[in-house]
Amino acid sequence: MITSKDLEHIGWLARLELSEKDKEEYAPKLNPVLDYFSELDEVDTEGVEPAYHVLQLSNVFREDEVNTKCSLDQEEALSNAPNKQDGFFKAPRMM
Amino acid sequence: MYDNPDGVMIGLEVHVQLNKLKTKVFCGCATDYHNDPPNSHVCPVCLGLPGSLPVINKKAVEAAIKIGLALNCKVEEHTQFYRKNYYYPDLPKGFQITQYDFPISSGGYVMIEGEDGELRVGITRAHMEEDPGRLVHEGTIDKSKYTLIDYNRSGMALIEIVSDPDMRSPKEARRYLDKLRNIIEYLDVFDGNLEGAMRVDANISIMGGQRAEIKNISSHKGAERALLYEIVRQKNVLRRGGVVVQETRHFDEAREITLSMRTKEEAHDYRYFPEPDLVPLKISGWAPAIKETLPELPDARRMRFVEQYGIMDDHAKALTSELKLAIFYEDVAKKAEPKIAAVWICDVLKGELNYRDLNIDSFKKEHMLSVLELLAGKKITEDGAVEIIRTLLDKGGSPEEIIREKGLVIVEGDIVETSALEAIRENQQAVADYRAGKEKALNSLVGAVMKKTKGGADARTVREVLVGKLG
Repeated sequence: MITSKDLEHIGWLARLELSEKDKEEYAPKLNPVLDYFSELDEVDTEGVEPAYHVLQLSNVFREDEVNTKCSLDQEEALSNAPNKQDGFFKAPRMM
Repeated sequence: MYDNPDGVMIGLEVHVQLNKLKTKVFCGCATDYHNDPPNSHVCPVCLGLPGSLPVINKKAVEAAIKIGLALNCKVEEHTQFYRKNYYYPDLPKGFQITQYDFPISSGGYVMIEGEDGELRVGITRAHMEEDPGRLVHEGTIDKSKYTLIDYNRSGMALIEIVSDPDMRSPKEARRYLDKLRNIIEYLDVFDGNLEGAMRVDANISIMGGQRAEIKNISSHKGAERALLYEIVRQKNVLRRGGVVVQETRHFDEAREITLSMRTKEEAHDYRYFPEPDLVPLKISGWAPAIKETLPELPDARRMRFVEQYGIMDDHAKALTSELKLAIFYEDVAKKAEPKIAAVWICDVLKGELNYRDLNIDSFKKEHMLSVLELLAGKKITEDGAVEIIRTLLDKGGSPEEIIREKGLVIVEGDIVETSALEAIRENQQAVADYRAGKEKALNSLVGAVMKKTKGGADARTVREVLVGKLG
């Protein structure tokens, strides 16, 4: 069961501020999602190797060679930023 | 035996940046950003723009294996990446690509010089991850309003080396860091002199209490200072009847104190899960092949220096403490008397370099060789040799020029004899004192001869000549 305290914590981790109204609304919506996933627990996995990854691929590498085709210059890099200063992205201080 | 009176336990997490690679770990951005403007070495991958996909740099994996092997770790055959989720401005994606289960290497050790002889520091794991961006705070971290972010560093390949809590004093922690840097420099995968090349988080507890994690330590000296401060702080908490709480603290280098960074997120909740954009690595067979290519490491080289060149262990240890210094010595020792070369490089040159905050790159091998040659041929005195080394470091030039300009050519034979006779004639009082048993009176006579020869005579020879004439 997801409680209103859990919601507050999840909200904090995502840096979302949740009002009391939000919490009342979200808790009943999230619980069925969890229940849905718990159906997975019912599958018998006895003797099945755990999957490490969804793809059956391994060892995809890149050589250590500079590739400037995708590089962005400073102006391009900052073009989506709502706040910038002296070539830096600017964000509120977080602790 | 070191009895560790405060029950100090220190474990370190060291982040080593693979800055000798040409490119970042998951994209083709160049790593030579150190003198460039902010956000000028970036692309959609290291800025975390939607739709971009990481591809791992093969050389970075090889470097990680090299480091694992050099730290006596077991290198795994299956390794993979995870997302570590947290919101902080240094991570443009909202998560860091790192390792969690299946780290590339684990279970190693490093030998250091402990408080009471050799100490084995366990290595829990050494795993791969990407470097976050660099944050610039205006003013101090607890007072600034804004954070400025430079993503040039974002996506640089890092190896995080986690030690067991085996260190019992800040001094041991510093020695461990020095040793780690030393070993990794030998592997030629990072340049420890570049800014941000090696960054340290320290965990410390005393008397079996809770541990504090100290972040933002940027130098080995800083680590020692932060830990010293932290021991005093924790002892004070206990003395006042309090309890040390588990928390993250920030080291303020300027003020040499640690500050609590307590947040609601203190109970870490990173929600690790396998990185879907990177496929697992199956690297059985890589480690044995890479092991063949490992260079001789510091401890092995130190032992070889003692055996091959017959030098003292202390000298061998000092010479192998930096790769460049070891190479410098070995090149010189091939063409000069190895024991004498060790004395001059360790006891004189190294001291003069440290005094000036310079490294061995500031001195030419050829110059060391000619100084040693001039000494061996008794063309200059030991004092003269020191003078030449100092002048080379301060003003440059060549040993020959310096000898000429400063008149450092050794004054021998006849001139010393004549000067000694003159000094005896001119300093009758000192002669009388000496003959009356005042050994010290001889010093003023030696001084007089040195003055006459403008410092060009060897003081020991002068002393012998004088004693002979007065005896």
